[in-house]
Amino acid sequence: MDFVLEAKHIDKYFKKPVPFHVLKDISFQIKNGEFVSIMGKSGSGKSTLLYILSTMDTDYGGELYFNDKLITGKTNEELSRIRNKNIGFVFQFHYLLSEFSVLENVMLPAKKLAEKSFQEIEHNAMEKLKMLHIDHLATKKASRISGGEKQRVAIARALINNPTLLMGDEPTGNLDSHNSENVFQILKDLKEREGLSLLIVTHDIDFAERTDRIIEMEDGKIIRQ
Amino acid sequence: MTNWNVILGIAKTHLTTKMKSTVTASLGVTFGIGAYITLVSFMTGLNGMLDDLILNQTPHIHIYNEIEPSEKQPIGLYQDYASAFNVVHSIKPKRTQKKIHNAVPILHYLRADKNVLGATPQLGSQIFYLSGSIELGGKLTGIDVLEEVRLSNMQDYIIQGTPVALKNNDNGILLGAGLAKKMSLSPGDRVQISTVSGDVFPLKIVGLYQSGIADLDNVQSYANLKTVQRILGEAENYITDINVKLDDISKAAPMAIALERKFNVKATDINEANAQFETGSNIRNLITYSVSITLLIVAGFGIYNILNMLIYEKMKDIAILKATGFSGRDVKLIFMSQAMIIGIVGGISGLIIGYILSNIIDKLPFETEALPTITTYPVNFNGWYYVIGIVFALISTFIAGYLPANKAKRIDPVQIIRGS
Repeated sequence: MDFVLEAKHIDKYFKKPVPFHVLKDISFQIKNGEFVSIMGKSGSGKSTLLYILSTMDTDYGGELYFNDKLITGKTNEELSRIRNKNIGFVFQFHYLLSEFSVLENVMLPAKKLAEKSFQEIEHNAMEKLKMLHIDHLATKKASRISGGEKQRVAIARALINNPTLLMGDEPTGNLDSHNSENVFQILKDLKEREGLSLLIVTHDIDFAERTDRIIEMEDGKIIRQ
Repeated sequence: MTNWNVILGIAKTHLTTKMKSTVTASLGVTFGIGAYITLVSFMTGLNGMLDDLILNQTPHIHIYNEIEPSEKQPIGLYQDYASAFNVVHSIKPKRTQKKIHNAVPILHYLRADKNVLGATPQLGSQIFYLSGSIELGGKLTGIDVLEEVRLSNMQDYIIQGTPVALKNNDNGILLGAGLAKKMSLSPGDRVQISTVSGDVFPLKIVGLYQSGIADLDNVQSYANLKTVQRILGEAENYITDINVKLDDISKAAPMAIALERKFNVKATDINEANAQFETGSNIRNLITYSVSITLLIVAGFGIYNILNMLIYEKMKDIAILKATGFSGRDVKLIFMSQAMIIGIVGGISGLIIGYILSNIIDKLPFETEALPTITTYPVNFNGWYYVIGIVFALISTFIAGYLPANKAKRIDPVQIIRGS
């Protein structure tokens, strides 16, 4: 099969403050090179689903396959490695390490992976920054750049290990329309040129409509895909 | 698989951007270790000095002939009263000589023993020092001065004159410093002494002896063994005491018992004679260690606090690191290495400060009548204390860092990322 990510019957409960069934029997697939967006109202469980798919949340029922391999039940160390190597993540609030320079932020996941030499990593990081047109910021502190720039740095960081899947939790949610458009074009380019699979949670209907497929959620269920 | 370069790089960045807290935390450790080194060096230096003061004047084994009543009174030997219950009133000590029987063979025997560093004969006698019409009671001990110098640190207590000068003068006397002061005598003068039987001898003062214990310095003088034997009119085998120095002080007790049995003499070992000094040293060590450990615990709480705060500040960073593929273990190692860096830097500077302070104390003048050879405060520069100090620093920072680091390890990135 050619699925990057496959979810089978995902169930999730919140125990606090009151027991609550957040995700109800979620099943779907993402094909290789597909650009998928998840839409839904606040509280529909779309972010919760994303964090399960990202392997960071392991407290769920059902099965999750990544590149046709079962990853449900793997140890934290193994999941960290999968995240590091295969999944890039972009958040709504740009989340850079503010004490490090832009270049260091981008290089960090590759250093952790430790498959390449320092020079190669630095070279790759500069390439990613150039691709996103922010190479002139490389030596600046991450806390000293604008919001749109931060989000592009976060994308560069997500791409540094050449992942198979890029996930985003409202990556444009905190940006103005100009920067939003910018980020969308970057993501679209990545899909077209690099064959990257993308899974983006968004509120923005214009953004979602331009993706290959929309998964719409309501009350913890998929109502349309 | 741990990538130390990355982990240490992140730890270093955290520490250098939070320079103030880093320095505060390190200073806590520095202060604790510095105080420990200073205290322990000074305290053990004092201990050593006090022990030397008493113990060096006490031989490991002291052999002498005790004046005591016979264990078995004559009536006990008498067959006719064997079955009776005998009561003897006013028992007197057995009449015997003060000298050790077979002193010379005992000396030969001891000197042949490989555990014995040396055995020195002494002859103690009660005499009077004559100063005009005044008679001062005192003791004159005949010694083999060069052997004494070799085996004890007697030369430290000879404040004027030399041991060799005594050795070379058959009529020489090493006068107690207290006596010299009382009688206004100085080296080169003559002093008249009188034996218990009334014979008067003039002796030449070749030096002064000051042990630091006033009661001793007011009565005790030394002369050559032969000189004292001649004054008392005794033969050359007349020896009242034998002092034995061993290579290992712990062998003293069993050896003393063996000697008592073998030669039918009284032999006391050093521990029996000076049990209380051991207790004093132990209590001083206890105080030193409890003060140091208290200081280190305080420093440890400082580190714990600072790391805890750092982790709260860095919640987002921790979540990000975890989201981008750092495992809980990596995050724990990042914070542990920060604690250990603080421990190493603080500990080493603590050792340096401790060394400097000890050196300053070592140079401070400390002059006292009681201790003629001491001119500055005694400090013990023992390398082991520095090893213990750094180990202390590492252990306490490890414990202080472990708990917050473990907390960082368990932080759930989803909660942090969703929470904002």
